[in-house]
Amino acid sequence: MDDAKQLEAFEAKIASGAKIEPKDWMPEAYRKQLIRMMSQHAHSEIVGMLPEGNWITRAPNLRRKAILLAKVQDEAGHGLYLYSATETLGVDRTELLSQLHTGKAKYSSIFNYPTLTWADIGAIGWLVDGAAIMNQTALARGSYGPYCRAMVRICKEESFHNRQGYEIMMHLAQGTPEQKALAQDALNRWWWPSIMMLGPSDDQSPNSDQLMRWKVKMESNDAIRQRFIDRTVPQADFIGLTIPDKDMKFDEKTGHYSHGPINWDEFFEIIKGNGPCNAKRLKARVDADKKGAWVREAATAYAAKQAKEKQVA
Amino acid sequence: MTLQEAKFEYLLRLGDSSLIIGHRLSEWCGHGPILEEDIALINIALDFVGNATSILAYAGQVEGKGRNEDDLAFMRGEREFRNLLITEQPNGDYANTIARQFLFDTYMFYLYEELKSSKDETIAAIAVKSHKEITYHLRHTSEWMLRLGDGTVESHERLQNGLNDLWMFTSEMFDMDEVDAVLIKDGIVPDLNKIKASWEKRVHEVLAEATLQIPTTTFKQKGSKEGKHTEHLGFLLAEMQYVHRAYPGAKW
Repeated sequence: MDDAKQLEAFEAKIASGAKIEPKDWMPEAYRKQLIRMMSQHAHSEIVGMLPEGNWITRAPNLRRKAILLAKVQDEAGHGLYLYSATETLGVDRTELLSQLHTGKAKYSSIFNYPTLTWADIGAIGWLVDGAAIMNQTALARGSYGPYCRAMVRICKEESFHNRQGYEIMMHLAQGTPEQKALAQDALNRWWWPSIMMLGPSDDQSPNSDQLMRWKVKMESNDAIRQRFIDRTVPQADFIGLTIPDKDMKFDEKTGHYSHGPINWDEFFEIIKGNGPCNAKRLKARVDADKKGAWVREAATAYAAKQAKEKQVA
Repeated sequence: MTLQEAKFEYLLRLGDSSLIIGHRLSEWCGHGPILEEDIALINIALDFVGNATSILAYAGQVEGKGRNEDDLAFMRGEREFRNLLITEQPNGDYANTIARQFLFDTYMFYLYEELKSSKDETIAAIAVKSHKEITYHLRHTSEWMLRLGDGTVESHERLQNGLNDLWMFTSEMFDMDEVDAVLIKDGIVPDLNKIKASWEKRVHEVLAEATLQIPTTTFKQKGSKEGKHTEHLGFLLAEMQYVHRAYPGAKW
């Protein structure tokens, strides 16, 4: 079959709602775009372990410590799962990690903000995971089989993370005045970054018809952002916290909340590498990789010896 | 010493060791040598924190002064902690962490195997659950002992150094005092001499297979049973306890 016919068959398959599997024919642009998206997602999971891991040793009680450990373990598991899914497209994890370490590949801008207090752990679960779910439930309906299946599983776990984050915020908001202040402060610092993490507004990030048609991208950034805001503002009201946006109001006509102007300069600066923790996060990953090199070499050497012994025997 | 006092003290020894080593392992989070190990270490840390929570909750009940697991974990000072000295030693490199974990996991494996038949039903029930977890932990650390010991020249040297440095903390695992005597009499805990024999056998076997030498260190550092720790514990507790202590009476 020539390329034009293969492309036609490929698009027809996607239009019919069937999934594309690793061994199916796919256009190179589709493969490249998926590798970019999926590896960026995998990198976000493992870089995201750092700001949360920052509070494991200081969690305020044993229950919270156990929950946070379990949550961060989930994130590491998502990373592993997503790297494996990306490998089905013919690129290996070592190569993907080297792209992260050299700055060639990106990860979510949100993890370049610092976790300054315990309340930030609540804010991340509630807002960051909450925003991520909005995006990921859409992606679960995409066209690439391994990625969709990963998303289904990941979304289930993320919804637990989201609830535990909100539960932390609820306890803080109903706690002592100092605790409530911690919660409000965390919301103030994480709100704007959370709504920005869903990506530039549609006028700055026109959706390629092709990516939508190929079901690589499912919804526009602004549409996902709107759903996140509509869901989250009443949750803040319910626990007595204030969204730090004086223009935020419910529009009876549209049935949606409308928000004030977003400071996109900050977002683009962070994407360029100029955020409070960009250097720190990347350094932590590069250091872990370097310090782990001799461990991985030892494991490889041992496995080779074992294989040789088996052959002799 | 009453049975109740002995039991409380013994439960602190068990619970504190799990809590502190769980803390140390959790410090690796996001910094492990490979993603699979990050997952493994966090998982093991979680098991230890879970075990500590069950044991300290029971310790609080046995004590009968209204203290719960969080009061015991977060509101006691350096001299009141009863964790083994080996558990509070810093992570060092990955070989050092594996050496520490292997020596401690082996100890815990045989100790909890015996505790499963404790005459105290709660201790026995906790031990049954924990022993399943510890079996996996020991398998994991034993495999890494082989990989690092019999891997490259560098990994072998690092692991041997780790073992040599930690060896002086192993003998206190098997020290017994009045607490043990009272509880052994009632069939609540095992005689640690029995554990020691199994521990030595297993450790020697794994070290031999991993082409490692049994350290020749004769100095034995002890003190945890009287709450005399190494200087590391104070910093660990400062970090672990500060949020809890900074907001007295707060619910989280």
